Amino acid sequence: MTTYLLRRLGLAVITLWILSMIVFFAGQVLPGDPGRAVLGPLAAQSAVQALDHQLGVDRPLLTQYASWIGGLLHGNMGTSYTFRTPVEPFISAALVNSAKLGGLAFVVVVPLSIIGGVIAALNVGRLPDRVISVTGLSAATVPEFVSGIVVIVIFGVELKWFPVSASAGTGASALSQLDHLILPAIPLVFVLFGYIARMARAGTIEALESDYARTATLKGLKRSVVIRRHILRNSLLPTITVIATQTGYLIGGLVVVETLFNYQGIGLLIFHAAQDKDFPMLEAGVLTIGVVYMVATLIADLLYTLLNPRLRLGGTG
Amino acid sequence: MIDSTAAAPGAAIAVVRAPRGELTTWRLILRRPTFIAGALILAFWIICALFGNTIAPDNPLAQQLLATNNAPSHAHLFGTDQLGRDVLSRVIVGARSILTITPLATLIGVVVGTALGLVMGYLGGVVDIVVGRVVEAVLALPLVIVALLFVVALGPSAPVIIVVIGFIFAPLIARTVRSAVLVESQLDYLSSARLLGEKPAHIMFVEILPNVLPAVLVELTVRLGYAIFTVATLSFLGYGVQPPTPDWGADIAANYVVLGAGYWWETLFPALAIASLVIGVNLVTDSIEQVLAS
Repeated sequence: MTTYLLRRLGLAVITLWILSMIVFFAGQVLPGDPGRAVLGPLAAQSAVQALDHQLGVDRPLLTQYASWIGGLLHGNMGTSYTFRTPVEPFISAALVNSAKLGGLAFVVVVPLSIIGGVIAALNVGRLPDRVISVTGLSAATVPEFVSGIVVIVIFGVELKWFPVSASAGTGASALSQLDHLILPAIPLVFVLFGYIARMARAGTIEALESDYARTATLKGLKRSVVIRRHILRNSLLPTITVIATQTGYLIGGLVVVETLFNYQGIGLLIFHAAQDKDFPMLEAGVLTIGVVYMVATLIADLLYTLLNPRLRLGGTG
Repeated sequence: MIDSTAAAPGAAIAVVRAPRGELTTWRLILRRPTFIAGALILAFWIICALFGNTIAPDNPLAQQLLATNNAPSHAHLFGTDQLGRDVLSRVIVGARSILTITPLATLIGVVVGTALGLVMGYLGGVVDIVVGRVVEAVLALPLVIVALLFVVALGPSAPVIIVVIGFIFAPLIARTVRSAVLVESQLDYLSSARLLGEKPAHIMFVEILPNVLPAVLVELTVRLGYAIFTVATLSFLGYGVQPPTPDWGADIAANYVVLGAGYWWETLFPALAIASLVIGVNLVTDSIEQVLAS
């Protein structure tokens, strides 16, 4: 078990390293001349060269990568082209805001989609199953800005139940903040529902067909008891892993939802960095998302191992 | 079973069986109501993409500055936008950009990914390990964000979006194909092919490929759904097709600011267009998966 976790941790570090190279390549190699990108096509060549030198992008690529990754390891994520200050304060503030929005979406979607998935599995092939599966799959692939706009029109503009802007203003009470976050959370719930429900459905179907479920039924247990005590316990284990992997999709959705609702989270930060061609901010934001995702999957793996007696008691996974 | 092909029984059976199996599979898929519904929706938008300019009642680019933000009426069934352009015409012609970009991007991803997956699964080795790690790294980031990062770096244009999304898809598709290949490589027909002295390239692309095609097909339709999602989102964020070309995502981005003023039709109709296209693709995907799984 310890070796499994160490191996898992080692792989995560390697993956993170590859990720850093991808991000560096996209942010610092592909754009060509950052000075030109920042100053625009009309700026004088001398000004562009001066800025390039100031930003350190006229050095060889390997040197740039080494200093960038060295800075990252010391917690220095770079200096914003736009603000000319370190990017960390922006990132951490945005991350807190996004965590609030994402947290709310998760609290709503996890119970909802697990119930949906289990209902679908118990009615496999029949109407409730097809409705839940196709709705889930479609909701998962309808872009958040589409469902977000529908939600804004219905609940914000027509019914006026909830505020259309996500930011409650500084010093707002927790309840007021929650009120502002409900509408933005709905599109995220839509996107996540399909995947989690699908996994819960698959897990439940597998458990229903298993030998132990048949034994439990044959020894005369009530269906509800079989489902509660034997099926759910086993079927929900894989769902934990899926919920963690959904963090990635959740953050992808945040870019759109936060832009749509003008909410100061990591998504809006990345969007603004992209607009300003502020590559250090963009790289830091993207890399942060990668780290958040990997930590989430690591925790999920840990939980899965701890909760699954077959792995806990000696399997190597 | 004794016949003249006894020299390579495994290979012969695989070759004879595959086409017959595929025929019944196709018939089963075509018979499903969900497939028919999805295919009809897709056909509608494909016709719009091909003949949009002929079908559209108005020129989608023609501005009528005296008739801006008009509500839906007989003259303009879907109303007009902030520049007085006919929303219905823009929705019809707008099918073209997304239905050009997404299939091409998916195709690049499927072709490169399948080739990569065959090599990873059959030959293994360094390629397998390296691509496996890259897949993990790409999976750690939401598709929209990786695409955004590369499109910002390279500048937004249709070819850039196609290539970027195609190359992001490739390792993801490769992983699925790889696991399908690993299942195949346990089977007898491959050992017979090896014993016959066939070259690895021949085994991969002639022997294995036809048998992993169902998995590739599912990947193709699933990824098409993701591609539509991503391209529409990039357009909405301003990194897709550039105005004034009609495009659903870009039109939504241009008009959602006036939602608060009650001009819902300028946003709602392109939004419904995206939703219907996505649902159409998913109905097709779902029926193919159902048939292949049973």
